[in-house]
Amino acid sequence: MTFRHKHLLGIEPLHPEEIGTVLDLADRYAEMNRRENKHGDALAGMTQVNMFFENSTRTQSSFELAGKRLGADVMSMSMQTSSVKKGETLIDTAVTLNAMHPDLLVVRHPHSGAVDLLSEKVNCAVLNAGDGRHEHPTQALLDALTIRRAKGRLHRLNIAICGDIAHSRVARSNILLLHKMENRVRLVGPPTLMPAGVADWGVEIYHDMREGLADCDVVMMLRLQRERMDGGFIPSEREYFHRFGLDAEKLGYARPDAIVMHPGPMNRGVEIDGLIADDLTRSVIREQVEMGVAVRMAAMDLLARNLRAGRAAAPVLA
Amino acid sequence: MTQTAPPRPTLLHNARLIDPETGHDGPGAVLIEGGTIAACLPGPLPEGEFGGAERVDCRGACLAPGIVDIGVKVGEPGERHKESFRSAGLAAAAGGVTTMVTRADTRPAIDTPEVLSFALRRAAEVSPVRIAPMAALTKGREGREMTEIGFLRDAGAVAFSDGDQVVADTKVLSRALSYARSLGALVMGHVQEPVLSRGAAATSGKFSSLYGIPAVSPMAERMGLERDLALVEMTRAAYHVDQITTRAALPALLRAREAGLDVTAGISIHHLTLNEFDIAGYRTFFKVKPPLRAEEDRAAMVEALAAGHIDVIGSMHTPQDEESKRLPFEAAASGAVGLETLLPASLRLYHAGHIGLPRLFAALSLNPARRLGLEGGRLSQGAPADLVLFDPDAPYVLDRETLQSKSKNTPFDGQRMQGRVLGTFVNGIRVFSR
Repeated sequence: MTFRHKHLLGIEPLHPEEIGTVLDLADRYAEMNRRENKHGDALAGMTQVNMFFENSTRTQSSFELAGKRLGADVMSMSMQTSSVKKGETLIDTAVTLNAMHPDLLVVRHPHSGAVDLLSEKVNCAVLNAGDGRHEHPTQALLDALTIRRAKGRLHRLNIAICGDIAHSRVARSNILLLHKMENRVRLVGPPTLMPAGVADWGVEIYHDMREGLADCDVVMMLRLQRERMDGGFIPSEREYFHRFGLDAEKLGYARPDAIVMHPGPMNRGVEIDGLIADDLTRSVIREQVEMGVAVRMAAMDLLARNLRAGRAAAPVLA
Repeated sequence: MTQTAPPRPTLLHNARLIDPETGHDGPGAVLIEGGTIAACLPGPLPEGEFGGAERVDCRGACLAPGIVDIGVKVGEPGERHKESFRSAGLAAAAGGVTTMVTRADTRPAIDTPEVLSFALRRAAEVSPVRIAPMAALTKGREGREMTEIGFLRDAGAVAFSDGDQVVADTKVLSRALSYARSLGALVMGHVQEPVLSRGAAATSGKFSSLYGIPAVSPMAERMGLERDLALVEMTRAAYHVDQITTRAALPALLRAREAGLDVTAGISIHHLTLNEFDIAGYRTFFKVKPPLRAEEDRAAMVEALAAGHIDVIGSMHTPQDEESKRLPFEAAASGAVGLETLLPASLRLYHAGHIGLPRLFAALSLNPARRLGLEGGRLSQGAPADLVLFDPDAPYVLDRETLQSKSKNTPFDGQRMQGRVLGTFVNGIRVFSR
């Protein structure tokens, strides 16, 4: 078993074998989470601090639950209302927190690269819970676990990622991970929601859902942010749903056993038809949420092991 | 600090003269007298002459006209903690820059003759090198009303520019250009389509997309340039592009030249020696304006410089304190200090075989001086004795803490450099020696 990193800042630095390590361990935690006694002790005695500089309910509570189930003391700080408003810089906040000796720091920030910057200034393990439009590694890992459990493998699959690719860190992390595991990735969406230079990413690009979904094993829908709906990037919500919203007719072009995924929260009737989202024969959206907790437990467990090993190798006075 | 006259004639001999005017690159000597160049003597020195002069043996080092650096930001008034005239002047002297052509994007902006006189007075008191100030083109650099171009010119402004603030209102710019034209004043433009480039911190492409950094297409530079050149054609004003950095924008520049418009162009040394990949790891010291470009663009700009299509290389010296750089990439301030690294970084182009030294010094010294109507930038008789003596080959690793600038935000920290300034002369006085 290998996992060599001090932090989980993105999918980009991970080796395929390390991705496998996280998923294998997460599988075990997924089983544990279904038992009545959900308690482990992998993080016993450790302090986990969640710093969310951007609103989040799902990811934050998922990390919270993951930490608590493994026995950590968990504190969540909503940075929107804290000292950041008083002008404290990100680094000062990090240094202040660091003085409280956390072991795990979970950070979400609206600026790409902010979590990397913060990780250089603290001596605990840092987990990126989403930075700007850069990466959201635990989301990609939970998606991977969900796919692996549903399809029985995580390679040689045709996977379509649909919607607002340009502004999505979920898409970036997923593309990186799925490529590392040797899958074919297609991006489907209007050109206004495609990032610049996307043609060089080694993906196939479609501006038509029917063509893009043809023979796909996995259909991954992305959330369209409200503020992008009016005129700026797409003409209107209804035209978007008509052309790019996932409904039964468009899904009909994918493989009959294709699964449907969504990182949530969903805009029913915008990017996805409610009927599809609720169709348990196709949709694995609820399983994604479940795997989220398991994957975060696994990631924090592995980082905690490395943290302990590092401390044993170089004991710190104080 | 630049007024004192030297005591007696000085002969700088045993030098490798770099004369951008004649293209001479070879042994020679320069005689300085009374703050001016009394004689430029290429070739072997005649025996027994200049007996009365103090002799300085250059030991074969290069002697070239001092650099005239267009676009230096000094933090006075308003941001003296980032850079003062004293610290900027010391940095310039250490970098072989003998004239700093200062920017108007101070706080407040240099947009009245009073603020301009303040800056000139401060500079005269504390800077060891010359200052040629630019003034804002519009009041407060807000792009609404033109400044008192006439008064500012009388007070010493050598060019008019709102810095990296694009005058978005085309009517305002066209009026400012035609008014400037009536006075023969030079207008310097920052070419960017302002709406397209809003919020951008990198050049759009595969790399910035993967890093999730808001980015702008290189096409925004062409749009900005095309608009400004159309206005120049309309008004016939004298116009200088502060930085041209993309292939997409070059044809417009060449067309304007062929059409006989009074247009010149510059580029920052950073865009000639660095590319977009340098921002990897979200290194904010590489965040500049316009953003670093693709390698293909960088290479094309080096070619355009060697071909003479780009006239001027500058440092775009922009001091920023640690606080404004130690932020997430998109929130961090733009700009890099460059006065002390301009020459060694430029020598990379020479060592790579892209450009000869006379041509390099045309871009660093002669062309900017000519464009601004300054006397320096030349080695000819009667020119001011503003000179730089340097060893083009001396290798060293740059340590940003050794910089004279108050701000240490250089992208070259820890990098191997080749070429070092040994001495700087302003008005015949040695203001720096190593």
